[in-house]
Amino acid sequence: MGLQVENLILYYQTLRGDVHALENVTFTIDDGEIMGLAGESGCGKTTLGHGLISLAPPMKYISGKILLDGEALPIWDSRKMDAFRFRKISIIPQYAMNAMNPIRKIGKMIEELLIARKVDYQALLPELKRRLDLVKLPHDVLNMYPIELSGGMKQRMVMVISSLLNPSLLIADEITSALDVSSQKAVAEMLVEFRNQGYCKSALVITHDISILYQLADSILIMYAGQLAEKGPTAEIIRNPRHPYTKLLISSLPEIGVKYAERKLNGIPGKPPLLLDPPAGCRFRERCPLAFDKCYQVPPFVEVSAGHFIACWKETDGHA
Amino acid sequence: MLKLDNVSKTYKVGAFGSRQLYAVNGVSLEVRDGEVVALIGESGSGKSTIGKMILRLISITSGTISLDGVDISALKGAALKEYYRKVQGVFQDPFSSYNPIFKADRIFQVVHDEFYPQVGAVEWQEKVEHTLREVGLNPEHVLNKYPHQLSGGQLQRFLIARALLLDIKFLVADEIISMLDASTRIDVLNLLAELKKRGLSILFITHDLSLANYISERAMILYRGCVAESGEVGRIFTRPAHPYTQMLLASVPRLDKKWDQKTNVETQADVIGSPKGCVYSSRCPLAFEQCKRSRPLPIEIEPEHWVACWKVTQTGG
Repeated sequence: MGLQVENLILYYQTLRGDVHALENVTFTIDDGEIMGLAGESGCGKTTLGHGLISLAPPMKYISGKILLDGEALPIWDSRKMDAFRFRKISIIPQYAMNAMNPIRKIGKMIEELLIARKVDYQALLPELKRRLDLVKLPHDVLNMYPIELSGGMKQRMVMVISSLLNPSLLIADEITSALDVSSQKAVAEMLVEFRNQGYCKSALVITHDISILYQLADSILIMYAGQLAEKGPTAEIIRNPRHPYTKLLISSLPEIGVKYAERKLNGIPGKPPLLLDPPAGCRFRERCPLAFDKCYQVPPFVEVSAGHFIACWKETDGHA
Repeated sequence: MLKLDNVSKTYKVGAFGSRQLYAVNGVSLEVRDGEVVALIGESGSGKSTIGKMILRLISITSGTISLDGVDISALKGAALKEYYRKVQGVFQDPFSSYNPIFKADRIFQVVHDEFYPQVGAVEWQEKVEHTLREVGLNPEHVLNKYPHQLSGGQLQRFLIARALLLDIKFLVADEIISMLDASTRIDVLNLLAELKKRGLSILFITHDLSLANYISERAMILYRGCVAESGEVGRIFTRPAHPYTQMLLASVPRLDKKWDQKTNVETQADVIGSPKGCVYSSRCPLAFEQCKRSRPLPIEIEPEHWVACWKVTQTGG
C-alpha cells in the first residue's frame, strides 16, 4: 500500500513552450516509510511534492498514475482532490514561517480550518493539546498570534496543524532549511516521532540537505533535472552511492572537522541544463565525468540490488 | 583591524517602551587583517545585529566599533562614504538583494557612478569583467541579464564582485551560503578563502559550525546576545567547553554519525531585560543555583580559548 507513483510526467506551461520539469517518475513509499527526496534547486523535487497535492497552473499534468492506499489520486482535478487534501495527503509548506494567518490567533485559525472541513474543533482539542506537548509548545500558543512565536516554534506549530487529521502521506517541503542547527534537529526528530505515533502513515521529506536525510529518512531518492537518478535505503545511498551525481553531491558536503587550509573540497562543476528544451538522453551527461556515447539515450531506472534503483548506463549496462 | 569594544544593542519593548530587550550584550571582538572570524549562533543570538552595526545599518546603543583605530559611529558624509569603500556586506537572500525590474549588473553601475566617476566607461567595463572572472563567473554568460535569469550562486558571486570592485578591506558575510545548494555552496566558500589569502578580513556569520570550521581561524559562539565561547576554531571544535556549544555541535547533521541525544528546544520566544544570571541557564542541562544568580564572565581555559560558564569555572576547566 502506501504511495505508488507510476510514470508521472509534469510540465510547466510557459509562453516559450513547456518546461519539462518532471519526466517519467516512478517510485513507491511504503506504509511507515519516511522517504527523503534530494537534489539541487531546479531538479523537480518541489514540483513533485506540490504536484501530488495541489497541481495548479502553470503546472500541467501530462500523464502518469498515482495510488494512495490503493485509491487513485485525481491530481489533475483540483476539485476532486479537495476530498483528499488535509485528510489523506497533507503538506508542511516550505515557508512555514509565513504559512499562518497573521491576523488570527492560532487557535481560532485552526478552528476555522476544521469548520471548513466539517470537523469538530472541541472534540479534537484534547488531541491537539497532546500534540503540542509532543512538540514542546505551551498550550498558550493557541491564544497567540503567529508573530509572537520564533521561527522554530512556528515551524513546529505548522507541523502539528498539517498532520492534525492523521494523513496517510505527509509531505515536508524544505522544513529544516530556514532553521538553525538545533531547531533543525528538533524538527527532524519530531517528524520521526509523528510517524512513530501514527500521526502520519508515511512521509515524503523534500530537502537539498542530504545530511539531514541521513538522520531521519528510511530511504533516499536523488533527482537531477527532472529525472530520477538513484533510490535506495538511506545507509546504502550514503555509504555506497553508485550514480556519479550522487557521488559528487555527497563529496561536496563540508564535513565537520575539514578545514580549507588542510583539504580543499570541490563543488560540482557546471550547472543543470535548462528544461525548456532539455538535452536528449541522460540530463546529467554534460556534467558527468564518466559520460560516454550511450548516455545520449535515457537510462532506465533499474533495480541493481534489493531496493536500490539507479539510472545510469555506466552502472547498469552489465546488469541490463 | 576592526575592533568591537563592549558593544551592546538594546530595543525598547512593551508598553511605552518600558522594558529593554538585549539583542547584543557586551560583545568585544577583534578581527585582524587577513583573518576570517566566524560568528556562530542560533537565530536570535545577535550575530546578524553585530554585522549590521559594523555596516552602520543600525545604531550602537553602547560601546564602540573602530576600524584601524577610528570610531565608526561618528562617521558622517564623505568620511562615511570612505568607510564604505573599505567595508561592505553580502547577505543571506541573493534574490531580495536585487531590484527585480532592473538588470542585475546595475549594481556595478551604481558603484561606478558613486565611487569612481573619474574612471572611463571602457576601462570600467574591463574592470568589471576582470572582477567577475576573479569570482569565477564568465562575463559573457552573466552580464546583461535580469536577476531571475541567474542562479542564487551566481547572484551571490555578483554581490561579492561588487564588494571587490570597491577594493575593500573588510567583508561582512551574513549567512551568504545558507540559501544555496550544497553543490554551489562549497564553491562560494572556496572563493571567500581565496579572497582571504589576498588580505581581505571576513566576518563570517553562520549557524552551521562545519562551514565555520572549514574557512575561519577564530570563532565566537553567541547566545541571546552574550558570548558563550570564543577563541581559535580548532580548539573550540575539538574541545567545546560550554554546554551550548556542545549542544550546537551535537545538532549538526553529519554523514558519519547519527544524532544520539534529544534536543532541548526553546519554549519561550524572548528574554526581556538584562537577565541577572547566565542567559542559557533556562535551557542548560547542567545549570545550578549560581547560574541563575549571576552572569559568568569569560575565562581563558587554555591559550586562545575563552568560555563563559560557571560549571567550567567551578571545575577549573
